[in-house]
Amino acid sequence: MKEKQDYIKDIEEIRSMMERSSRFLSLSGLSGVMAGIYALAGSYIAYSVFNFNPDEVVFYSAQSDLIKVFFLAIVILILALSTAVFLSYKSALNKGEKVWNVTSKQLVTSMLVPLLAGGILIIVLISKSLIGLVAPMTLVFYGLAVYSASRYTIDELKFLGLVQIVLGLFSSYFVEYGLLVWGFGFGIVHIVYGMYMYFRYEK
Amino acid sequence: MKTIVQVKYINNLHKAFESRVRLGIMSALAVNNKLDFNSLKELLNLTDGNLATHLKALERENFISVEKSFKDRKPNTKYYITKEGKKAFEDHLKALEKIISNKK
Repeated sequence: MKEKQDYIKDIEEIRSMMERSSRFLSLSGLSGVMAGIYALAGSYIAYSVFNFNPDEVVFYSAQSDLIKVFFLAIVILILALSTAVFLSYKSALNKGEKVWNVTSKQLVTSMLVPLLAGGILIIVLISKSLIGLVAPMTLVFYGLAVYSASRYTIDELKFLGLVQIVLGLFSSYFVEYGLLVWGFGFGIVHIVYGMYMYFRYEK
Repeated sequence: MKTIVQVKYINNLHKAFESRVRLGIMSALAVNNKLDFNSLKELLNLTDGNLATHLKALERENFISVEKSFKDRKPNTKYYITKEGKKAFEDHLKALEKIISNKK
């Protein structure tokens, strides 16, 4: 006959297995902070070096400047993603887990659909010179992706997603604040969220 | 001294779930639609043979079912919890909780 302690351990094992098999918990808070720093630097460069600050939905600027801003955005995206993957990899390694497992696969797949849809929409917007809407739409679709990914990782991610969606919608109406709000959303919000995660779960 | 109530709950515990590995398999399948053999192996940290034995046992009870397909021309076996399995697992959980709260 099992003892009380055994039954308690049974329940603990059930809880831990349910969580481990359905949520990816190696997402690093520091990668949020780093992504925020890249975004702030990026929006500063776009504004002061490339003079990019669309104040109308339909916005024309020199083709060459537009291409520079576009590449700047791609560089920020790659930097932020690779930092996130690298730090999550390290954190998973410390816990003796694999990074590419059931839960991280679910996490990535759940983000993929909104991100791809957003990416295509943004290319369409650029091709129609609706440049003013590009920054707001990146916020909206990134927010949607994060919101749907929160099911497969820490619950707090849901809140991050909602904040980004609201910021995106706000700046799609007040287009003149587009770049500023973008810097706030991807920069400040990420840094605050990342520090909160870091001190809450990793310290 | 065990009260009659406790004995009743202990009788509600299912024999198939006495092993913690099987409990682990059921927990993972309860929160995931389907899981393949390798994912289960990683989650539970088991050898192929060990996991296969436990899976067979749960399959015999009709608590889990198998879906075989091919992925990149390699056989890919996915496991999922059956209605019967879900019910048995939930009943087992309830019984566990009752026993613990009674034994305080």
